[in-house]
Amino acid sequence: MNLALRDIRYHRGRFILTSIGLGLLLGVVISMGGIYRGLFADALAVLHQTGADLWVVQKGTNGPFAESSRIPEDLKYRIKGVPGVAEASPLSFQTLQIDRQGRPFRFFLIGYELSGLGGPGQIIAGRDIRQKHYEMVAAKAMKLQLGERLRLGQHDYTVVGITGKVVSSSGDPAAFVTLSDAQEIQFKKDNDAIRNYRSRIGADLADEPALPPAQAAFLAGKIGAVTESTHTVNTVVARLAPGADLDEVKEHISRWNHLHPISNQEQRDILTKGMIEKARMQLGLFRIILLTISAVIIALIIYTSTLDKLKVIATLKLIGSQNRVIVGMILQQSLLMGVIAYGIGYLLILATYENFPRRIVLEGVDLWALFVIVIVICTLSSFVGIRKALKVEPAEALGG
Amino acid sequence: MYAVEVENLTKVYGSGDTAVTAIAGASLQVKPGELVAILGPSGSGKTTLLTSIGLINEPTHGKVVIDGLTVADQGWVDGIDLKRLRREKLGFIFQAHNLIPFLSALENVMVALEINGLSGSEAKGRAAGLLAALNLGHRQHSYPRALSGGEAQRVAIARALANRPKVILADEPTAALDTENGKNVMGLLKTLAVENHSAILVVTHDERMVQGFDRIFHVNDGRICGG
Repeated sequence: MNLALRDIRYHRGRFILTSIGLGLLLGVVISMGGIYRGLFADALAVLHQTGADLWVVQKGTNGPFAESSRIPEDLKYRIKGVPGVAEASPLSFQTLQIDRQGRPFRFFLIGYELSGLGGPGQIIAGRDIRQKHYEMVAAKAMKLQLGERLRLGQHDYTVVGITGKVVSSSGDPAAFVTLSDAQEIQFKKDNDAIRNYRSRIGADLADEPALPPAQAAFLAGKIGAVTESTHTVNTVVARLAPGADLDEVKEHISRWNHLHPISNQEQRDILTKGMIEKARMQLGLFRIILLTISAVIIALIIYTSTLDKLKVIATLKLIGSQNRVIVGMILQQSLLMGVIAYGIGYLLILATYENFPRRIVLEGVDLWALFVIVIVICTLSSFVGIRKALKVEPAEALGG
Repeated sequence: MYAVEVENLTKVYGSGDTAVTAIAGASLQVKPGELVAILGPSGSGKTTLLTSIGLINEPTHGKVVIDGLTVADQGWVDGIDLKRLRREKLGFIFQAHNLIPFLSALENVMVALEINGLSGSEAKGRAAGLLAALNLGHRQHSYPRALSGGEAQRVAIARALANRPKVILADEPTAALDTENGKNVMGLLKTLAVENHSAILVVTHDERMVQGFDRIFHVNDGRICGG
């Protein structure tokens, strides 16, 4: 006869409620592990999506994700010419927050060349971008409909396709437009600003007595063209030819003083060890605190449950029960509570994790590790009850 | 051979100036099938005597022999397995029935059998038989909270009898019962003593309940007389 199960059966209301409470707590612990993995996955999503071997950014920066980086678009031709580089594409990244249906709508905009690297990859609904302008592919998490139009900068963009879970390192869902559209959204000034700039340049040059008027007008046109140019990108990514030596290619590009080549692994380290390290530590600390709280709760529940059973334990001892029967009863209850609470927490998160605002990634190794930790906690927590039970004297069963 | 032999048993609590002698040189013998009452006022030492015989309280001096086996001789005999002896040789009936609240009547009897090594099916069969013999067959699946005081005490008696003990020790078994139920329980103990050939020692302070007992011992200030 299993005394632990009999006790639970008799006090099932209390046991179920306690397990649900504990299950919610463990659910939060599971979700925090999932959020950590999600942070990791989010941080690397664009990296995986792009599939580049090399990221060329502005010298002295760790761009384009950790720091701002601006380089001329036409560098792609020079990088393509480096021995060992099979493909090179410019990319533009920016985080936008616009008003949509009266609410702030935040997303990460990626500009790419239609024939180059860094596009949206798998399209789950609609189609890829085909026109050079004003089409957009949005990540599913943006919850945009096919055909929906979105005002960005000075133009409306139509959603022609939906892609999967591509997000920025900060978890904002990504949208894709052509590189030229992205550059226009990011860099093109509105017409009033352009007119204002041109007037200022014209006035400055007119005040220069050494310049003849014709030359001043010529220079004003040239300076305007430079300042109004949108042909700037945040990075040029490259894919190497089979057998090419990454270090050699990096060395080659590093010789150009104004560029910084970053390998895919280095970019991965920048994103994971730098950008999400604090968040990871924060989540880890929360998990430890919550697990400690769980341990204290389990210990308290088992201890008070043991106190309720002191007379029963004394009676069992008096009629000759072995200590293992009593220890087994307390330990089994503790373990059962932990297992059921874990199950409740797991099922809860399994049923809801897709609705969390941030990505939750449930990995088997994390779930098993937490399960083992819960078992250890339950075992250790039951010791307080077991210690109390073993101190009970059989004589305590006597008397009223 | 006696079922219980107590020879010059002394139990002292504490030491030095604070020492209290609960039992002073008590001796008694009880034969199998005998129903014996130990009467005395509160604090006279009768429960101490019972717990010493019940292998719960280690005697300070003297000798205790259960079913021919010396268990205490100036303290517990070395290597003696008290739990096993309590399981196999002794049965206990308490003032409050002390049934396990989360077990049914049947399971309360079964638990004593399973602790003693019987399989679940064997224990179930024997427990059901015992309950039926005590007219509780229809209450097998009831929990203690649903039983009347008399029924609960009869389940406790069934549990005490489960392992066919040589000695049954009852500590104020009628204290929580009304007079009629108390008399019924005492009558049942008398019958069981004869039928099972068990020695039954009943501690009580109520002289009305011990009519028909084979022998009555009186305990006063730790000293035993009568019998």
